[in-house]
Amino acid sequence: MSSSLYVNEAVEEAVQHARPERKKLGVLFWICVGWLALNLFGAIFANVLPLPNPLFQNYAAINAGPSLHHLLGTDDLGRDIFARIVYGSRVSIEVSLGSMLIGFGIGAPLGMLAAYRRGKFDAILSAIMYCFLAFPAIIATIAVLSFWTPRSLFKIIVVVGVASIPLVYRVIRSATLSCSTKDYVLAAKVQGASDGRILMKELLPNIAPIGVSFLLIGIATVVTLEGALAFLGLSVSPPTPSWGNMINESLAILQQNPWLAIFPSAAMCLFLLCLNFIGDRLRSHFEVSEVKL
Amino acid sequence: MILLVAIVFIISVGAFYLIHLLPGDPAVVILGTGASPANAAKLNAQLGLNKPIIEQYFVWIRNVLHGNLGTSFISQTTVWSTIKSAFPIDFEIIVLSQILAFATAIPIAMRSARKPDGPLDRLLGAGSFTLLSVPSFVLIVLLVLFVAIKLGVPHTGVSSYVALGTDWITNLESLALPAFTLGIGSFVVYYRVLRSDLIATLQEEFITMARSKGIGQRRIMWRHALRPSSVSLLGTAGVNIGGLLAGGFIVEYLLSIPGLGYMLIQSIGTSDYLVVQGIVLVVSVTVILINFGFDLLVNIIDPRISRE
Repeated sequence: MSSSLYVNEAVEEAVQHARPERKKLGVLFWICVGWLALNLFGAIFANVLPLPNPLFQNYAAINAGPSLHHLLGTDDLGRDIFARIVYGSRVSIEVSLGSMLIGFGIGAPLGMLAAYRRGKFDAILSAIMYCFLAFPAIIATIAVLSFWTPRSLFKIIVVVGVASIPLVYRVIRSATLSCSTKDYVLAAKVQGASDGRILMKELLPNIAPIGVSFLLIGIATVVTLEGALAFLGLSVSPPTPSWGNMINESLAILQQNPWLAIFPSAAMCLFLLCLNFIGDRLRSHFEVSEVKL
Repeated sequence: MILLVAIVFIISVGAFYLIHLLPGDPAVVILGTGASPANAAKLNAQLGLNKPIIEQYFVWIRNVLHGNLGTSFISQTTVWSTIKSAFPIDFEIIVLSQILAFATAIPIAMRSARKPDGPLDRLLGAGSFTLLSVPSFVLIVLLVLFVAIKLGVPHTGVSSYVALGTDWITNLESLALPAFTLGIGSFVVYYRVLRSDLIATLQEEFITMARSKGIGQRRIMWRHALRPSSVSLLGTAGVNIGGLLAGGFIVEYLLSIPGLGYMLIQSIGTSDYLVVQGIVLVVSVTVILINFGFDLLVNIIDPRISRE
């Protein structure tokens, strides 16, 4: 009786020792997650929330500073800046999630397959992807969007998504490559597991941390890109608010109404900062080195 | 080398095909709806648009190789002359910004890497991390708002740009703001890459060896640690150039500096498609060449890589 208790204790102790000490993600991490969640919530429920109409032009309050009535003030047409920022986050979130869905939906399976199968399939696919990778993606995006008229949100998502495929492919391929030589993959093969099972049950969980970190970087890049496209006049057309559009519109009256530039800039930078911070924390948590990305 | 040719070929096909992305008859779209049939026919003949598409490509590429990128139907100047006058401005801004970025990133990264996780390193880490989340177009807006207007640095209007040939002091003054903005963006990236590589290099045995020989800290950093640590730095710099050009475009546009970006955005606005096509082609090929240049440089800096 006592000896079995002793064994139990020993086993428990051994298990506890074997389990690495769980690293904390920290308070700041969760604050960032909360901020992103708040942004997402605002973007989804913008219609339902008690916000002023972002397109309503109130000529009684033009270029007003922040007040109780207009939380962040109004722009040169008397539109509520706070409402426009909340509605504007929709564009950023839609474009980034949509394009990442395309990029990961196509790039990730191809990358995993290429790394798992190796051989000719991998060689040809990688050569093609490398050619596209060398192409400056941002310039290609600008080029295609400026010719593919009339512009729409859908086209922006497609172009940015397709441009991200080679990048996703490269990251996922190299991540899979380093995993597919590990013993647990060999063990699964020896047990007679099918290719599909190895890819989904053995490899996917192990490359997921790298995939998620890269996804966060990708979202941040696309949010920035939307801003850049807005300046080039290639984002959603006004009066639809987007963060990029708002910053761009603010430039004409920078000196009269600096709030118009500061608030959307702050919204965008905070959003990016949270994404970068979460990505950074996750990378150190899962010990993914930045070089791998 | 084969790869380079293949990529340039793909770019040329891509740039050529752009014009067919336009909805409807390209000639009509380029000339505008009020175009006379005679003009449209002339453009069709010039671009070879009345031929089958594969033949069109050869007509187009022959013209491009002869430096004929077409004539803008709005300004009536050749696309090539537009690019030739605008390109040096971009070149100067980027060179200035890179000098600024490297000149600050290298010494600061060394400082930081000497005591990883020391107070200075933490402060710089947090600062660079925050700056990483500030896109260049936001940075330039904030700089104009809080610095340029107060200090009276020239920041807007075509007239603020002075060509290099005339007066180099006012030229530098007029490019200070864009170069500084792009420089900060690059600095943050370079600093972070070089810092982590330096920390790794400083743990290596040859550094311990150098230390035990009594070589000073400064000499170890510059003579022993910097070179092996700068491989990913150069790789990053090469990739950074493409993004820098695009970021530079917006900064130029906001400050009304008549570089390629300014021309590009204006041409997109006025639907001057041949100019857009020409700029896209020239910029893409330049970026590719720069990337390959950096790859070669990496091989020179660290011969171990090419031997692998």
